Amino acid sequence: MANPPSTVASTHNVKRFNDLHRAHEVEDFVVVPLRHPGRWISAALMLFVLLSIADLLITNPRWQWQTVIEYLFSPPILIGVGNTLLLTILAELVGIVLGIMLAILRLSENPLLSWSSAGFTWIFRGIPPMVMILFIYFLSALVPTISIGIPFGPAIKLIATNKVITQMAAAVIGLGLAQAAYVAEIVRSGILSVSAGQSRAALALGMTPTRAMRHIIFPQAMRVVVPPLSNEVISMVKATSLVSVIGFTELLTTVQIIYGRTFEQIPLLMVAVIWYGVITTVLTLVQSNIEKRLNRSVKTIKKG
Amino acid sequence: MAEIEAQKRVKVMVEAFDLCKNYGSFEVLKGIDLRVHQGEVMCIIGPSGSGKSTLLRCMNHLENISSGRLFVDGELVGYRQEGHRLYELKPAEVCRRRRDIGMVFQHFDLFPHLTALENVCLAPQVVRRRKKDEVIRDAMAMLQKVGLSTKHAYYPSQLSGGQQQRVAIARALAMHPKIMLFDEPTSALDPELVGEVLKVMKDLANSGMTMVVVTHEMDFAREVADRIVIMDAGRIIEDGTPKQIFSNPKTDRARAFLDRLIS
Repeated sequence: MANPPSTVASTHNVKRFNDLHRAHEVEDFVVVPLRHPGRWISAALMLFVLLSIADLLITNPRWQWQTVIEYLFSPPILIGVGNTLLLTILAELVGIVLGIMLAILRLSENPLLSWSSAGFTWIFRGIPPMVMILFIYFLSALVPTISIGIPFGPAIKLIATNKVITQMAAAVIGLGLAQAAYVAEIVRSGILSVSAGQSRAALALGMTPTRAMRHIIFPQAMRVVVPPLSNEVISMVKATSLVSVIGFTELLTTVQIIYGRTFEQIPLLMVAVIWYGVITTVLTLVQSNIEKRLNRSVKTIKKG
Repeated sequence: MAEIEAQKRVKVMVEAFDLCKNYGSFEVLKGIDLRVHQGEVMCIIGPSGSGKSTLLRCMNHLENISSGRLFVDGELVGYRQEGHRLYELKPAEVCRRRRDIGMVFQHFDLFPHLTALENVCLAPQVVRRRKKDEVIRDAMAMLQKVGLSTKHAYYPSQLSGGQQQRVAIARALAMHPKIMLFDEPTSALDPELVGEVLKVMKDLANSGMTMVVVTHEMDFAREVADRIVIMDAGRIIEDGTPKQIFSNPKTDRARAFLDRLIS
């Protein structure tokens, strides 16, 4: 069976391998790492840019940092911040509640409901939010009194439009309607992202469609919905500055009023920038916290 | 004669008369007559596209039937009969009847946002409205039954396919159904994981559960089924005991199908 020549060859190979191995042990090889000159050059350039920015921030006295600090926690600014937050929360609430309703209508089998929802999204996504805010604010010019009744038929007059549409109401409704159109699309895509097998399994267990939606479809849709919805909330914080056009005293309007008097535009705008930054930072932290909780079922891999 | 007398006394769980189902002009089921008795294990086999899964889904009204009559547990599926009129059931009523019918799917369809235990507990809690501690105790017993009580805190993504399917069986059993429907329960599994699921199903069959199983597992059908039905192109072409079916199929098409599978 044994094949003499091949046996010789293989012992020879083993010997060579051992020699090589021993050589490796005796004289240590020096490993020369690859150089990355590009990294040093780009780092130097970036350092130059960062130092220039620091220079601009520190040495230019026209920032008037002292004035910024003076105003940062002054009562009118804090009230402005509060109004910005209140407006964000109310408008976002209107947007989310209306948006979820629109998404459910859009997925309805009733064509009139589904088309109406699609029509709403089409119209309100197409109107700039600032136009929307102004339109609602001047609504009384179109509808002087709010009334309830049959279309084209008799109606009971309830109240003068001017009394209902305050600056705050116009801001909340205007921003909320625009937001609802976006939220509707986000929620709809979230619901559609849950596989059909999930609702089939829920129905087979005897759940009603409503219960299946609440316990099975919605919680899973949330994972898809939260990141873009957080984007929308953060955009809303900044979009509230649009209502300065109707003079609602949120953060930007407050700042404008003050620098209109004192001509300290740059430091006061910096006050606004800092507060917007603080609010969006807090919201970003809240977002990552919610996402972590929702991803519990996917990310944690336990072994055992 | 005695056998016929005995059969009469056993309750009929599923009964279909001239059951038809079309999607538009496409006929999936073309006149199915079928009877499953209590405690019986029926395997439905046949080439893909023959309407096996559709028939199964008609039984818990996941699909509407187009014509014919279908009874499960003595009740007309999807309709209420009053005299000569059939009234379509309200969704709540359809859901009430589904509670007593367990179903296991090809792709498991566990709820991925819930742990194994939560998957098993959810329906008894929200559908049957039973007390939480009682439901948890019962669910743990069900997980024990499928050999997964140690995995109760795991999410579906952390379980193998075979384990997921066993949790899905426990989830269906937790509703204490009167009949269990299996829609190709092992078709999506890696070959080495098929055995653990079939073993759970065999135990369930031995415990006296009424089962309708759509499957491609011939060994399981031969060993566990009381009756086998072969479907082809929307019709039942063969209906008998495993012995009759495998040793002496009546139609050529059934013989051709079995030859292809067993060879």
